Amino acid sequence: MNDNTPVLSIRGLTLALPQGADRDYAVEDVSYDVARGEIMCVVGESGSGKSMAANAVMGLLPKGVRPTAGEVLFDGQDLLALSEKQHRKLRGLRIGMIFQEPMTALNPLMRVGAQIAEVFEAHGKYTSRERQARALALLEEVGIPQPDRAIRAYPFQLSGGQRQRVMIAMALALEPELLIADEPTTALDVTTQAQILELIRDLQQQRGMAVMFITHDFGVVAEVATRVCVMRYGRIVELGTADEVLDNPRHEYTRALLEAIPSNVIPEARGGERPTPLLEVRNLNKIFRSRSGLFKPAREVRALDDVSFTLAPGETVGIVGESGSGKSTLGRCVVRLERPDSGTLALAGTDFSSLRGDALRRERHRVQMIFQDPYASLNPRHRVGYAIAQGPMANGVPRAKAMRQAEELLELVGLGAVAVDRFPHEFSGGQRQRIGIARALALNPELIVADEAVSALDVSIQAQVLALLEELKQKLSLSLLFITHDLRVAAQICDTIIVMQQGRIVEQGTAQEVFLSPKEAYTKQLLEAIPGRAHEAAMA
Amino acid sequence: MSFFARFAQNRGALVGLAILLAIVLMAILAPLLYPESPWRMVQRPFLAPMEVEGFWLGTDTMGRDVAAGLMHGAWVSLLIGLISTTVALLIGVPLGAVAGYYGGLIDDALMRFTEFFQTIPNFALAIVLVAIMQPSVVSIVLAIAIVSWPPVARLVRAEFMSLRHREYVEAARLVGQTNRTIILKQILPNTLSPIIVLASLMVATAILLESALSFLGLGDPNVMSWGYMIGAARTVIRQAWWLSFFPGVAILLTVLALNLVGEGLDDALNPKLARERS
Repeated sequence: MNDNTPVLSIRGLTLALPQGADRDYAVEDVSYDVARGEIMCVVGESGSGKSMAANAVMGLLPKGVRPTAGEVLFDGQDLLALSEKQHRKLRGLRIGMIFQEPMTALNPLMRVGAQIAEVFEAHGKYTSRERQARALALLEEVGIPQPDRAIRAYPFQLSGGQRQRVMIAMALALEPELLIADEPTTALDVTTQAQILELIRDLQQQRGMAVMFITHDFGVVAEVATRVCVMRYGRIVELGTADEVLDNPRHEYTRALLEAIPSNVIPEARGGERPTPLLEVRNLNKIFRSRSGLFKPAREVRALDDVSFTLAPGETVGIVGESGSGKSTLGRCVVRLERPDSGTLALAGTDFSSLRGDALRRERHRVQMIFQDPYASLNPRHRVGYAIAQGPMANGVPRAKAMRQAEELLELVGLGAVAVDRFPHEFSGGQRQRIGIARALALNPELIVADEAVSALDVSIQAQVLALLEELKQKLSLSLLFITHDLRVAAQICDTIIVMQQGRIVEQGTAQEVFLSPKEAYTKQLLEAIPGRAHEAAMA
Repeated sequence: MSFFARFAQNRGALVGLAILLAIVLMAILAPLLYPESPWRMVQRPFLAPMEVEGFWLGTDTMGRDVAAGLMHGAWVSLLIGLISTTVALLIGVPLGAVAGYYGGLIDDALMRFTEFFQTIPNFALAIVLVAIMQPSVVSIVLAIAIVSWPPVARLVRAEFMSLRHREYVEAARLVGQTNRTIILKQILPNTLSPIIVLASLMVATAILLESALSFLGLGDPNVMSWGYMIGAARTVIRQAWWLSFFPGVAILLTVLALNLVGEGLDDALNPKLARERS
């Protein structure tokens, strides 16, 4: 299979960033080969420059970034020396590419079949009838259910996984020798991700292509990689076969990254007897209705379907589910950003679900939320100290006292009191998430809801923020409702785990029960889909 | 990079700013250089520019000094442009903010009200309003403000609609801030840059509207404005071109300068967009 002739050979590639960027070079002196019949994984955290080399291969470097040294040899040709026109001939025909977000990479107003046919058309191949026939064959090959119907569908009528399959079909249409996949599964749910990874692996083996696979997830690397290249700050820190890198990482950074992955090892069960619950959710229902228009009936989505659970003081309950499972809606109902249609939400005896208006506003301080997106959750125009002090100030604490408190809180979350006078944009994603945690703590809430609070962070940062949450839990005996799509993360921090699917609770139990001896088929499926799980099991 | 440095990157904006400053200077110096009323007849009518020493831009049909009219007119034009824009913002911003923040029925009601104004052609409505209220500086300012607030309301509403679901706004709701605080402190500051850009262009439109009203004889009879000067000169345009030419150039330059400044502000306030454009 692997005949070791490199299809793509990157030699000493150095790409300069425009002046005023945070470093001089996007990548510096990077060399690696991608051979026929292998999957080369380029791994790194955000800002490591892992995508830049791929952009150079495709001739799609962002404005201001220019190569200053090295060469990118594809079939003996230096791609950096090609004109835009020559590059266009290679793209699609000999080098295929799939992107992270399949919705934005497809034209929303064009039928799927026409978009695939367009690839042939761009390179002047076949008659229009042959193009349709080939598009159908491709859709069959990438395993889309009912390909004869999918070919006439618009992108919005397909699911995320199906759209990614269409993207793969387009990339493979002209049988390229090299496929570049830039984080192709990052936007997908775990079960879909597992299917897409399998598809890429199968297609690669059938066609003997070379694949350059860019990802931030070592789990994914363990699933697909033949060889691995670990990058950091634009440099290669480690390069080797998958087995070498994953089992015997030589560089400490690789080791740190591998250790930061939430593992299968579940912390010992805590607590014991469950005291009177702090939060008691009974038969919660929420249905979203789209406004009915002149020509379309109102559509209903059942986001929460008869959900009941309890949360004890000092306990951490994890809500796990894929997108569309209703887990976020549940969190938003608990903090009352949404109003449940029916059911009760009792918070230490008070019925939280029926409060409205000013009465609700006065009770809001009791439940706080840590948000998902560290970039959107802080007002760009407010200084950090003020952002934290706003809560106490809205509840009647004088400004000076609230600001002193903010300093203490920033100290507590490990940012230091000097942070009060700075603006959010001066902080990294992980630091902003710490600010978000400080803001949630500022009101001394009885319950904190963390909605995907670590999902947007790199693994090493994710581990730090989880450690901080764990520490705060011990120190302040917090009660936490932890919402996540990642079972591994949930297993790290939660005492009890609730698995949700399509608005219903599928399974609930202690972290150990759910993780180690799942009862429901769906939970098992979720666990099996975790990338890298087989590898880890083999290691243990 | 500082705000001004980003603004100065746009050459046109600097030129616009220079022209604008020159016009403001004209307005300030007018009472010093021409202390007498611009309505006073000071020389023989129809003097061509440069014909007589001291009357560089000539005199009009009644023997009034065109240069004096131009300088005093600068004051009127700028004042009307600025005040009517301020009034339009005072109507449009709160309306758009409330509609965009609350949505639902309140939004529907306010937007239908806005559309009511949008369906009537701007200029026709302004003429009717001035005619009903009697031409005066106050009625002209009000008329211009009333016809120009709907776009402001629409812009602010759109910004509020996109910002009200941001996580930081939801966080503010969760800590128990009142709707008033959220609107004023969380969302409004983040909508300022498009509002400032729109306002700079609205000043230009207001100056044009005032000129057009004065041209039709609906200007304040007690103040000399550029529009009035052109309107009064239109019958003699073939005999005395300078009577309409100089105020026309003044209007052109002012509006051009305001547009250039508006564009520069847009670049400076949205550094990301500016970088992509260049």
